[in-house]
Amino acid sequence: MPRLLNVRPRGGGRLLLGLLPILLLVLVYLLASTARHAANAHDKILPTIGAMAEQVRVMGFEADPQTGHVPLVVDTIASLRRLAAGIGLAAATTLLLGLSIGLLPVVRSVLGPLVAGIAVIPPIAVLPILFIVMGLGETSKIALIFVGLTPFMVRDLASFVAAIPEEQLVKAQTLGAGTWLVAARVALPQALPRLIESLRFSLGPAWVFLISAEAIASDVGLGYRIFLVRRYLAMDVILPYVAWISILAVMMDLGLSALSRAAFPWAHNARAR
Amino acid sequence: MSVLSFRDVWVEYGEKIVLEKVTLDVADGAFVSIVGPSGAGKSTFLRLALGQEAPSRGRIYLDGEPLRAEPGPDRGVVFQKYSVFPHMTVLKNVMFGVQCSDRRRSARDEAVEMLRHVGLGDNLSAYPSALSGGMQQRLAIAQALITRPRILLLDEPFGALDPGVRLDMHELITALWREHGLTILMVTHDIKEAFKLGTRVIAIDKRRRDPQAPHRFGSTAVYDFPLEKANARVPAELAHLAQPAA
Repeated sequence: MPRLLNVRPRGGGRLLLGLLPILLLVLVYLLASTARHAANAHDKILPTIGAMAEQVRVMGFEADPQTGHVPLVVDTIASLRRLAAGIGLAAATTLLLGLSIGLLPVVRSVLGPLVAGIAVIPPIAVLPILFIVMGLGETSKIALIFVGLTPFMVRDLASFVAAIPEEQLVKAQTLGAGTWLVAARVALPQALPRLIESLRFSLGPAWVFLISAEAIASDVGLGYRIFLVRRYLAMDVILPYVAWISILAVMMDLGLSALSRAAFPWAHNARAR
Repeated sequence: MSVLSFRDVWVEYGEKIVLEKVTLDVADGAFVSIVGPSGAGKSTFLRLALGQEAPSRGRIYLDGEPLRAEPGPDRGVVFQKYSVFPHMTVLKNVMFGVQCSDRRRSARDEAVEMLRHVGLGDNLSAYPSALSGGMQQRLAIAQALITRPRILLLDEPFGALDPGVRLDMHELITALWREHGLTILMVTHDIKEAFKLGTRVIAIDKRRRDPQAPHRFGSTAVYDFPLEKANARVPAELAHLAQPAA
């Protein structure tokens, strides 16, 4: 019998092992739900699979008679728009600031302390400021995601760029490259896969900021809907919505990972750098 | 004619003196090896020539012109590692230098020819991480030579390689030096390598030591041997330095 440390599951076995806790969790839920419904047929806390499927049909495939829209569809589109705008702005700013802070000591001296200071402010604490300054519309929600992600991502990318071996920067200069060419052809291409990785780590926080902003002031969006139906203890809507959010988040993560592998194969070799 | 001249160069970090009174000339076409114990300032010496660092006192001239304290295309360099760009293919790594000086020229043929010359003709589209240590150094040399620098600076270029690979690299660099009429300044801690490759070996070390304040005396060129290639052997005075390479 090999030591536990040396037991490596492979192929189908690994897939099966990964499914095991998920199936177990589903089983526990079904047992608990059945037990609660046996005691009270109108239980709302742990809805049956059937009740949830019915709500998925109502929310996801039928137009609301008042608005004429399918709630899940309009909520998803609204939320994804806000996420894309916030994350996109954060990524663009990160690229610009992270590259210049990491590569240019002058910019690091000027902006380093400011970014470090801003990064420790809890973003939710500035949400009221955003609402006051930008109103309750789309701008303040996008701004919260932007404010929440950017300082962390800038610091990560700046320290990554600063850690590019000095040998490479000197080498590029001996080949005739100036500041601009070193930034564009040495630092930028190496920073891009790191930016994608940092975006993947930021997806979780981005969703937190999105749902928070939608919960407080919104009339459409996945977070808005969840907090709306909470008033009626509508767990049969909340649980499918949460599952849908996790599916969206996993797809984004896989998408970014695939993008990085396709665009930057050199960054994914076993012996990187 | 001298390509690179040091005139009474001092390097001090606060109280600590690293190099003192270094005066020497590197002749056109010379292969100068610099040896010395660890911490003697070999690397500082090379950083000066590269322009990564400016001397505290004294002057450095390249082809008679005062050297700007910035790396530039007139000096090529090969470091022990991290010399090549991991995000570019072998071919792009070599083309980079030509494209920096002339944006319109693709320089593909030139780069392919240079890569064939160093033995990487079959690896044009590979990324550096797929190459062995010796092949990466071949690439770094090709990359440095494509821009035809006035002087090639080598910083322990073969220090991380296996002994057999190191011998191949010795042959390659000697052949390139002869064919291209290069001027080379190589820092190494392997004294046998220094004497095998160089036409001149300079040892830098402290001339005096003060046990109470060891940092107050810097290193300078303590030995300077012009060599005939025929009898390039390690002389008795330097035998104590000829420890096995780390």
